[in-house]
Amino acid sequence: MRNTKILLAFILILIFTVIAPRAVSAQQPTPSDDQVNEIAKQLYCPVCENIPLDVCPTTACAQWRELIRQKLADGWTEQQIKDYFVLQYGDRVLGTPPAQGINWLVYLVPPVAILVGIYILFRAFRSWKRPIPSDNLQPDNAEILKSSDPNQDEYISRLEEEVRKR
Amino acid sequence: MVANLGYATLVITFLVSIYGAIAAFLGARRNSTSLVDSARNAMLLTFPLLTISALSIIYLLINGHYEVQYVTEVSSNNMPLYLKITALWGGQAGSLLFWSWLMSAFASAVTLRKWDRDREFLPWVILVCLITLAFFLMLSIFIENPFVSFWHSPTGNVASAMFRPAGTTLFIPQDGNGLNPLLRHPGMIIHPPMLYLGFVAFVIPYAFAMAALITRRTDARWIRLTRRWTIVAWLFLSLGLVLGMRWAYDVLGWGGYWGWDPVENSAFMPWLIGTAFLHSVIVQEKRGMLKQWNMVLIILTYDLVIFGTFLTRSGVLSSVHAFAQSAIGPLFFGFIGLTFVASLSLLSRRWNDLRSEGVMGSWFSREALFLLNNLLFFGLFIVIFWGVIFPILSEALGIVGQGIPALAGIFTGQKVTVGPQWYEGIVWLPFAGLLLLMGIAPLSTWQYSTAKTIGKAMWKPLVVSLLVFIPLLLRGFRSIPALLGFWMIAYVACVIIYEFWRAAWARHNARDENLLVAFWLMIGKNRRRYGGYIIHLGMVLMAVGILGIELFQTETQGTIPQGGQISLGQYTIKFDSLSVFDTEEGRNVARAVVSIYKDGNYIGELHPRRDYYYESQQPMTIAGVRSTPEDDLYVLLVDWQPLSTSAATFKIYHNPLIWWLWFGSIVFIIGSVVAAWPSKEPELLMVSKSIPETSKA
Repeated sequence: MRNTKILLAFILILIFTVIAPRAVSAQQPTPSDDQVNEIAKQLYCPVCENIPLDVCPTTACAQWRELIRQKLADGWTEQQIKDYFVLQYGDRVLGTPPAQGINWLVYLVPPVAILVGIYILFRAFRSWKRPIPSDNLQPDNAEILKSSDPNQDEYISRLEEEVRKR
Repeated sequence: MVANLGYATLVITFLVSIYGAIAAFLGARRNSTSLVDSARNAMLLTFPLLTISALSIIYLLINGHYEVQYVTEVSSNNMPLYLKITALWGGQAGSLLFWSWLMSAFASAVTLRKWDRDREFLPWVILVCLITLAFFLMLSIFIENPFVSFWHSPTGNVASAMFRPAGTTLFIPQDGNGLNPLLRHPGMIIHPPMLYLGFVAFVIPYAFAMAALITRRTDARWIRLTRRWTIVAWLFLSLGLVLGMRWAYDVLGWGGYWGWDPVENSAFMPWLIGTAFLHSVIVQEKRGMLKQWNMVLIILTYDLVIFGTFLTRSGVLSSVHAFAQSAIGPLFFGFIGLTFVASLSLLSRRWNDLRSEGVMGSWFSREALFLLNNLLFFGLFIVIFWGVIFPILSEALGIVGQGIPALAGIFTGQKVTVGPQWYEGIVWLPFAGLLLLMGIAPLSTWQYSTAKTIGKAMWKPLVVSLLVFIPLLLRGFRSIPALLGFWMIAYVACVIIYEFWRAAWARHNARDENLLVAFWLMIGKNRRRYGGYIIHLGMVLMAVGILGIELFQTETQGTIPQGGQISLGQYTIKFDSLSVFDTEEGRNVARAVVSIYKDGNYIGELHPRRDYYYESQQPMTIAGVRSTPEDDLYVLLVDWQPLSTSAATFKIYHNPLIWWLWFGSIVFIIGSVVAAWPSKEPELLMVSKSIPETSKA
């Protein structure tokens, strides 16, 4: 892990040493931190798990932000910069999966699942609203009900009523 | 020596657990009281044994026994004593043992209760608890052993092993790597134990549910027995989540409290299903319905608890490849699969015993609204679960799909990130639904409510809540989501206050009690209900904070020279000075002093800083925060010029109303404590009341 970071940092430093002199000679206004963060916010570095690039404190991420600044200074658009990072490091740098291929599932499953849930709930509710037919009662339960002592029965129902109230 | 003692007790506990599980099973099958008692003793024995094991690690940590790998990984000479102790749960091996230790404590406590008329549950509860415990102990013994030591071979290689490999000598490093600096925050010290307590406590209701299924005692008895355990589990889990949020806000330095990180989500999922369970068991208790559903929910909660530990411990989150490299991932996966399938097949065998006793009276009855609540919680769970597993799934499918040329276009094989934008785009809807339900369900009655009766109960709080629009519009709020959100919050708050008022007023009139006394006694009489309402109130207050930060957070970043200024909205910060110094415990601190002005008036000073830990080579950003009920000003020191310290980069967040999130959490926890407060079992209370005075004497 640490080796990957060092390697990444090294590569980025190399990139900067190549790009930096050109940017200085371009004499364009330097993009502000807020402009850089606006784009960095939507990107994730492949090394630091689940931390957006605008807030990641590592050196590698600071250098990535500088890279965004350079690209902005060179006149690149937001989309071009994002595409560049995707090309270099893969889809995982984007905050949400690009809607293509199997990734469609990430957008489709939640609404479909919720609709199915609503449907099941609706069906269950309809079936519960119908009173249970008497022949569905288990025979042994029906026996018990029939044979039980009326006084005892009254006692049980009072007891159950009490328990229910609590 | 101490490491050997710790390891030996771990192995003995494992054997005791296996023995206890077998004894419980045979005891139940053969109806043998002595075997069940023996199993119970085995269960009780696991706690002192694991205490010895846990104390052994703590001893090694405190005394700097760096020959033990775990001690080197998570502690160092210059760490204060309290951090050395809490390093027990600072790493993977230690935290797994800590999990087992808490599990044995809870399971022992539950076996100590009086079992009188629930004796048939006992062996099965022990069986489930001990199988779970044995699984975690197995991980500790065979895979994540915290007592492994370093050994030095004559060729100069250092290897780690539990027992001395032939021809090697013990290797003792001078110092350790130290605890991850991010974990040195007070919130992070208490956060894992709270979360783990919540996790292990949920095993108890699950164990009872399984016992109820096995023994065919499928009435609401198991729910009544575990009611308090469930609330306690939920309380700890909630506390763990809230502390984690606070920790993220204070330490992670991104101006927020929740990042939809898979680790956060893995603790949130059991909470969501646990919350659905807490609500739906009430329907079973009152109406004899949803019995099958409650079983599904508690099985799911249990497996989500294990899944949560699995996600954070298996390495599967970083990569499918990392998952395959260690045995811990597949073992967790297997255990979750096995318990899930076994529980569900048991449930299916008892499906008909769990048929509903009642019928649904109306679409607006309380049971119907509780069912809707369950749908929303479950929907939230599905969304989050999907967000968590999708990156893993897409990577895994990609590996398979890439091998088949026809599918290569569909299965990109690339790991993807499912970030906050995705979650936030979906979850607001079920959350809004839940908020609205909190304002409707308390006004409904069991069985008989109709749209008309609810409407009648709603109109007073509804009219009062509309008043909230006046200050909102006067202050210039025009955003529709904000207006709707704040109105809903106001409405729910009115309903809760109205409910409290109505009951206290009725009691005050009926019993001629002082209104405050009536209020107090009313809560005492029905702690679960009013505790629940206090929890709702806490939720509503938290919603104020969430709405504030989500809809109105602003930020800016800039580099300013000493004496320079940077503005955000009404606020201006002035960079006064910056000092860089080393501390005794191995930190390099860069601390800035900035003055804060609001509308041009000086209001105070903040000290954002960046700590760099030499041992672990990790930086840590500590924000300077000025927090008021109106808003938080959150200033981060992003960068500075190392030699002159004459200019520095600051990032400033303006977080409106976030204070209410923390205040609401406190109210929420108070509500949970009220609901969980022990009282006599209702049945016992009734029996003691019904006994005539003479017979009592």
